[in-house]
Amino acid sequence: MSLSRREWMTAAAGVPLMLSACGRGRGDGNAIDMWAMGAEAEKLPDLLAGLARTGQPAVRVQPLPWSAAHEKLLTSFAGNSLPDVGQIGNSWLSELAAIGAILPVPAAMTSLVDGQFEGVVDTNRIGNRLMGLPWYVDTRLQFYRKDLFADAGYNAPPERWDAWKAALHKVKRTKRDGYAVLIPINEYEHLTTMALSAGATLLNSEGTRGAFNSPAFREALSFYKSLYAEGLAPIAGAAQISNVWNEFARGYFAIYPSGPWTIGDMKTRLPADLQDSWATAPFPGPDGPGRSTPGGSSLVVFSRAKDPAAAWLLVGQLLAPATQARLQVLTGSLPPTRSVWASAKLLDDPITDAFARQLDRTTALPKVPEWERIVTEMQTVAELFVRGRTSIDEAVRDMDRRADRLLEKRRWMISRDRAA
Amino acid sequence: MIRRYALTAFTALVALLVLMPLVWMVSVSFMAPGEAAAFPPPLFPSSPTLENYRTLFGSYGVGRYLLNSVIVSSLATLLALLFTVPAGYAFAKLRFSGRDAVFQALVAALVIPGQIGMLPLFLELKAMGIVNSYAGALVPWLAGIFGIFLVRQFCLSIPTELLEAARIDGATEGQILRRIVLPALKPILITLALFVFLGSWNDFMWPLIVLADQNLYTLPVALAALAREHVQDNELMMAGSVVTVLPVLLLFLVLQRHYLSGLLAGSVKG
Amino acid sequence: MTAAHVGAEARAGWAMTAPALTAIGLFFALPALASLVLSFTDFDIYALANLNNLRFIGLENYERLIGNPLFWQAMGNTMWFVVFGVPLVVAASLGAALLVNARTLKWRGVWRVALFAPFVTTLVATAVVWNYLLHTRYGLINYALGGLGIAPVDWLGNPSTALPAILLFVAWKSFGYNMIIFLAALQAVSRDLEDAARVDGAGAWMRFRHVTLPAIAPTVLLVAILTVAGMFQLFAEPYVMTQGGPARSTVTVLYFMFEEGFKWWNLGSGAAVAFILFLCILAVTLVQLKVAKKVGAI
Repeated sequence: MSLSRREWMTAAAGVPLMLSACGRGRGDGNAIDMWAMGAEAEKLPDLLAGLARTGQPAVRVQPLPWSAAHEKLLTSFAGNSLPDVGQIGNSWLSELAAIGAILPVPAAMTSLVDGQFEGVVDTNRIGNRLMGLPWYVDTRLQFYRKDLFADAGYNAPPERWDAWKAALHKVKRTKRDGYAVLIPINEYEHLTTMALSAGATLLNSEGTRGAFNSPAFREALSFYKSLYAEGLAPIAGAAQISNVWNEFARGYFAIYPSGPWTIGDMKTRLPADLQDSWATAPFPGPDGPGRSTPGGSSLVVFSRAKDPAAAWLLVGQLLAPATQARLQVLTGSLPPTRSVWASAKLLDDPITDAFARQLDRTTALPKVPEWERIVTEMQTVAELFVRGRTSIDEAVRDMDRRADRLLEKRRWMISRDRAA
Repeated sequence: MIRRYALTAFTALVALLVLMPLVWMVSVSFMAPGEAAAFPPPLFPSSPTLENYRTLFGSYGVGRYLLNSVIVSSLATLLALLFTVPAGYAFAKLRFSGRDAVFQALVAALVIPGQIGMLPLFLELKAMGIVNSYAGALVPWLAGIFGIFLVRQFCLSIPTELLEAARIDGATEGQILRRIVLPALKPILITLALFVFLGSWNDFMWPLIVLADQNLYTLPVALAALAREHVQDNELMMAGSVVTVLPVLLLFLVLQRHYLSGLLAGSVKG
Repeated sequence: MTAAHVGAEARAGWAMTAPALTAIGLFFALPALASLVLSFTDFDIYALANLNNLRFIGLENYERLIGNPLFWQAMGNTMWFVVFGVPLVVAASLGAALLVNARTLKWRGVWRVALFAPFVTTLVATAVVWNYLLHTRYGLINYALGGLGIAPVDWLGNPSTALPAILLFVAWKSFGYNMIIFLAALQAVSRDLEDAARVDGAGAWMRFRHVTLPAIAPTVLLVAILTVAGMFQLFAEPYVMTQGGPARSTVTVLYFMFEEGFKWWNLGSGAAVAFILFLCILAVTLVQLKVAKKVGAI
């Protein structure tokens, strides 16, 4: 029985602890709690150590895995346990604003977005108010094999869809096996990019109904399908391509659409003899350079922040040009402010310069909280269309039907608020 | 004779295969970072090191999660005993109106998995203001129907004459519970405590939902978060798994008789 | 027994059961019932921010689920676990129990504990361990298969092998529990009957088929019901090992409920999933009991 006595002791010792934790499991009362993800969370302590914060409250960083961050934010909102400051994927801003989880940026700080990429800044404007400040930016473009394009007689992928596709056919013919481009059929980003390049809006201007049955979206969807139908892209999900780097290295495909996080992977995972054989280029469009989605993370201050002024001060310090440059060095992420691109020599490197050119050509996605679910359903239907199970008419009507169903609550709330 | 050895050897082989993942986990946790990611996969560390454990407790604050797990599991065990032992005894030995009907309802409720009410329970605790606290993580362990069963099963074997004699001597019902029933229940108390401790230590879904604050994470929740961020750090994750598994495994090995006998008492009467 | 005694006993009975019954009512029965009510509402992120945004929508959540291919995929995956997993786990547990129960075996107690050990380990931790065992290039499992001349399998990265890989882990983790239950039943099987059959010249298989199996049939049913219920409640395995991927091939019903509820915050729809899950477990249990009654196992 000695063990159970020890258990009683342990339990008894735990009682006062439990009582204290019933409030909030936090120690230092006025420290700033900050949540961050991935590489930024890892390097934040370094970054904070370099800030002149004498007399300011301490900063406690809690890292969240990217894959669980979104649900963690919402669960914490429900449990009234959000921190003071947070790193937020900029596509989550509309949702967090809709539920009142974040504070608008104070007027005095809005000048921080001067000289930033307008497309990315725009994702932070919800209902004409700035709700977050871009911390780093990203967007997707094409990573391509220079050598394979050179073999086919091209310096770079052409900028118009028809010419681009013709080039892909040549690239495919000069190789013995494989395809030309990898666009996993379970990822919605690729069709979204093509739709934006064609000028489609995806939803109506109020964000209350789907707008998939439009000439621009139909054009994009047809083009998307043709890449599979003409054998330029494998009809496969990301999971079926066992190792992207191996396949890219052996030329199974010559174009891999992705974001800046892939630069580091290319450098570490491709064999040494291929290091000079890859490059980046903006996306093509129907009649010239295409558009992409403005991505990245923003810094926000949560509504329940203990001391909003201190929290915004910290955000301001993290966005100072020198600190942006240090974050770029530490993590390789792309800074939001153009002047930092110049000082960090990012414009001199053709790999990152292509990102700057693509970032100048971005279109914000619809800012409705339901967007992620809508776009997931869009891809479900698009896959059926690619596999020949539906016609294009059925597909776009089905997408609209699904979007309308998901937006029903939003319509009800808007009509009720109008009536009130 | 030969057959006997063959059978034992075969059983040993099966047991070795079954225990292999656990042995490998311990072995890799002592390897230098990066050592396990090789082909062929090494079975033993070339030069055992405590590096991974140092990193875990030093840089990743696993000590804090270990403490959380100890606190939550100990409190869950204590509270579960406080709530279920008197109830189990009362259902077995005390005559009161409605006893059998209530007990039948509890039997029927066993078919309902706890996850059914998880979403409303979260909202309920939100209204009570105990989301994101130890208290929130403990709540499901207060409502342990299985514990009541186990205790009742055991109490049925206590002779009623013994209790009646005590009543005639003027003992109150509370005194009877403390002086006569509890001492007799000792073996089953250890079993029940072990069940709840192991169950709450290993629990994942509910603490994952209810604990938002990293300072309150229990080991499984912390390990799941770490594993998503450190996919490449094989040896570090194995060390984390050892820290998580070892306490319950040792507890089980020391008290396995109590555990297995309780399991049989609770299940086979189905 | 005086009337006073009877009154005191009744009062004590209620007093001693009250705390536990209150807790069960408050934290188990009430949420379970509330789940049903919640499933008729559109409680979502908007309602969480402001309860004025809550509507009663009748059976719409259920209609939407029935029209949602992702839900059916989750149901299908869970059914896959039931159809393939339950026989596998029951057979493995029974095999292990027969092995450990053999009279000629030395150190029976040691093997019993060894085979039971995986069951008490922390699920999340062992799932992490298995993630590495199943690693395509450096995993022990592929290494062992390589010894048999089988090419490396991308277990968790391929939709057609991810479910079997998780099932292998589930079987390893859970067979010990059922083994103990079978052991108890086997020990109750009359040795005399067995010996009589042996004298009559019945072989091992015949003895198992005609003596042991009929005697433990009710236990097989019990274990099957427990295992089905367990298969319906898989959550941590896909959460840790695959996050529901690849291509959502490992999303179980409970994982789907977790996503509906705590990823998208559609608590109404999540509650509907929970209720459907409950009905499934209930239906399977009742069917098994009915079948068992028919064949006279209980």
